[in-house]
Amino acid sequence: MTRSSPVDVTPSPRRRSHRLSVGLGLFLSVGICASVAQGQTPPLPTLQGVVLVSSEKDHALTVIDLASTSVVGSIPTCKRPRHLQRLGARQVVVACGDSNLADVIDLDRKASVRRFPLGESPEIFDVSADGKTLYVSNEEDAKVSAIEVSTGKLMASIRVGEEPEGLLLSRDGKRIYVASEVANQVQVIDVASRKVIQDIPVGKRPRRFVQSPDGREVWVSHELDASVSVIDTQRLAVTGTVRFELKGARRSDITPVGMVMSPDGKTVFVGLGQANHVAFVDTASRSVRATVLVGKRAWGVSLDRKAATLAVVNGLSDDLTFVDVASARALKSVRVGRVPHSALFIEEAP
Amino acid sequence: MIDRRRLMHRGLMLWGLQAGLGASSAAQAQAPTQSRSAGLSVLLLTPGTDGRLERSRLERALPWQASGDLADAVALGLKDLERPLQQAGVRVDLVVERVEDGPRAAERVAALTSAAASTGRRPFLVLSDLPGAWLSSVVKASAVPVINVSEPGDAWRHGQCAPTLWHTVPSERMRADALAQALVARRWTKVLLLVPKEGEADRIDTVQGALQRYGLKRVESRAWRLSADPRERDLAHPALLTRGDYDAVWVIDGDGEFGQQLPYRTQLPRPVVGDAGLMAVAWSPRFDRFGAPQVSRRLLRQAGRPLGSVDWGGWIAGRIAASVATGLGMAGSIDAARVQQALRELEVDGSKGVALSFRPWDGQLRQPMLLTDGQAVVDLVPGEGVLHPRNRLDTLGTDAPEQRCPRSRT
Repeated sequence: MTRSSPVDVTPSPRRRSHRLSVGLGLFLSVGICASVAQGQTPPLPTLQGVVLVSSEKDHALTVIDLASTSVVGSIPTCKRPRHLQRLGARQVVVACGDSNLADVIDLDRKASVRRFPLGESPEIFDVSADGKTLYVSNEEDAKVSAIEVSTGKLMASIRVGEEPEGLLLSRDGKRIYVASEVANQVQVIDVASRKVIQDIPVGKRPRRFVQSPDGREVWVSHELDASVSVIDTQRLAVTGTVRFELKGARRSDITPVGMVMSPDGKTVFVGLGQANHVAFVDTASRSVRATVLVGKRAWGVSLDRKAATLAVVNGLSDDLTFVDVASARALKSVRVGRVPHSALFIEEAP
Repeated sequence: MIDRRRLMHRGLMLWGLQAGLGASSAAQAQAPTQSRSAGLSVLLLTPGTDGRLERSRLERALPWQASGDLADAVALGLKDLERPLQQAGVRVDLVVERVEDGPRAAERVAALTSAAASTGRRPFLVLSDLPGAWLSSVVKASAVPVINVSEPGDAWRHGQCAPTLWHTVPSERMRADALAQALVARRWTKVLLLVPKEGEADRIDTVQGALQRYGLKRVESRAWRLSADPRERDLAHPALLTRGDYDAVWVIDGDGEFGQQLPYRTQLPRPVVGDAGLMAVAWSPRFDRFGAPQVSRRLLRQAGRPLGSVDWGGWIAGRIAASVATGLGMAGSIDAARVQQALRELEVDGSKGVALSFRPWDGQLRQPMLLTDGQAVVDLVPGEGVLHPRNRLDTLGTDAPEQRCPRSRT
C-alpha cells in the first residue's frame, strides 16, 4: 500500500468483492487491512474473541473478530512475520524471518512490547511450558536455537539437517522434533543433553508437526509425498502413514503443510496446500473423514478451543477460510494480508 | 568446503564429503569412526578449458548461461543430504576430473569406471558437464550410468539417447515449450522469429517445433548477424530487423551478445522473448517459493555466488547421487544395474514445489520451468490451465508417444 488507509470494515461497492471459494454464491467485501502507520489507526477492540493472522509480506498481524468474522484492524510487527504462539496468559510471540527477531505482542496493550533475536531466518518455534525457553528452527543455518525468553540470550545451538522447518517441543518438555525439509528426516533432540538422539527417515519435504494429547504420537506432514506420517514417540520410528487422495487432483497437487489436532486427539486437520482443501483425518482409523474446499494453497491450520471452528490460512489467495468442523463446511473466507502464514485464536477474556 | 583454486588448477581432486558413519544417532556421528563407513565416489567430468566461464561471458550474466564452476553446485547437492548419508553409513567423495577433449574424456571414464579399477576409487555414477559432442563416447565408455548436468541439446534426448544416459538439465525443447506456453496463455500469438545467419540450426528447429505445437503464428523468420557494416544493416540493426506486425519477438542467440541488445530496440513496443528478454530457465536466484532462497543462499555462502540456472542441474545431480548412494547403503556395492534401477524409480525434491522424476522414454528429469527477465521470476510453467492426460510436466519436452530413443530404458 502506498497510501495508508484507515481500517474500514463497511462493505463498499468500490472495494473489490471477494468471492467465497465454497461456491455458496455469496459475495462479501472486507476492508483492506494494510500495515497502516501508527497513530492513524482507529483503536483496536479488546483482543478477545479474535484471530491473529501473520502475513509474510505485510509486517503486521491482521486482527479478525470472531463474532463478525471480519477484519477489525492490524498490529504492526517485525519484518516477515511467520509462526506465532502464546507466551503466558496475555502475550503472543511472533517469529520474523527477515528481521531475525521475536516480537512480543502484549494483548492488553495491543502492541509490540519487546523484541529479541532469534538467529538467522527463524521459521517455526515452540515455547517451554514454563514460558522460559523458546526453541526455534533457523533454516539458513541448519540449526535449532534455544533462547532464554526473559533475556533473549542464546542458550544453545544444535546442528540439524538442512532447511529445518517444523519444530515441536514434546508435551513433557523432554524432546524436540525438527523436520529437515532437504534431508527428508526428523531429528529428535534430547532437551537435557541438547543432542540429536535420533534421525528418523520420513517422506519427502517434511514440514510441520502435531502431537497427540497423551504424547504417544507425533504426526509429521510431507509436502511432496501427499501424506502425513505418525511417529511413535517411544520407539522414535514411523508407525503409520496416511496418504491423501482427492477427486480431480493429482498426487503431485496434494502438498500437505499445516496441521492441528483436536484437543480430544480424535481428529487431525491437514491443509493440503496446492490441492486447496483441508482434510479431516480420523486418528483412530488413520483415514480421511472429510475434505473441505478452502482457498489457494491451504497452508496454516488453527482450531478454536471447542474444536468447533477451523481457521485455514490460504497462502496464495491472501485470505483465511473459517470452516465449521461439525458440518465439515466452509463458512466464510476473509481477506487478510499479503502471503498469510499462520493464525492464532485468542478467545478468553483478559 | 571446496578449495576452488585447487579445483581450478588440478586435473584431479578428491573431495571427501564429511559424512559420518553408520551411526544411528547424531551424538555418535559427531565423533565418526572412518572404518565403519562404506566409501562411494561420484565422478564429475568437466572441460579443462571452459569457454562458458570466460570473463566476458560471465559478466554478461544471462540467466540461462553458466555463472560459475559446476563442481560447487554438485558438492552442495551432496552436502545437503549429509545426514541421511551418515545414517545409511555411506561416505560419498566427489571426484572432479578435468578433461581437454572427447577422446580423453572417454578414456578417463573407461579407466575409472571399469571393474578393473581399484574399488575404493571406482565411481558408482558419472556426472557429465561436457559438451554434447563428447557425450556419446563418454556414455559408451562408462561402465556406470551417466547423468548429463549441463548439455541442453535435444539430440541426446531424442535419437542419440542411450539407456544409461540421464539428464538433469532441461532440454532446449523444454525451454522452447515453456516460452510457447507462456505466449499462448497471454495470447501473444503472432511471433517474429530472429535467427542467427549462421549456425544453431538445431535450436532454430526446436523453437519452430514449439511454435507449431502450440499453434503460434510465425509471422516471419529473419536472420541476424552481429555487424557494424552499413552494407549489412538489414541483418544487424534491431529496428530494421523488427519491422512488421507481431505480438512478440523471439530471438535465438546461443551466445547472447546480440540478443541482449534487442529489448527496447524493437520497432514496435513489443516484448522480446527467447534467449533474451523473457527467458525460460531451470532456476533463478530470484525464485522465492518452495524454500528456493535457502538453496540459492547456501551456494552463495559456499562458493560466493547464488545458485544459477545451470548450477541447478549440478545441484540436483548431487542430490540424486546422494539419494542413490543412501539406497546402496553399507554394502557400498557399485552394481551399475542397481544404480540404473534407482534412477528409474527416483523421486527427488528440487525445491520447485513438486517431486521430480526421470522420464523413462528420454531420460530427462521432468520439472517445472521458470520464466525470468533476469530481474523477477515472471511465471512458473506449466501454469494453470495447461492439461496433460498423465503428468502436466510432460507438456515440456519430448512426450511418451514421440519416443525416438532406439533402446528402452526399462
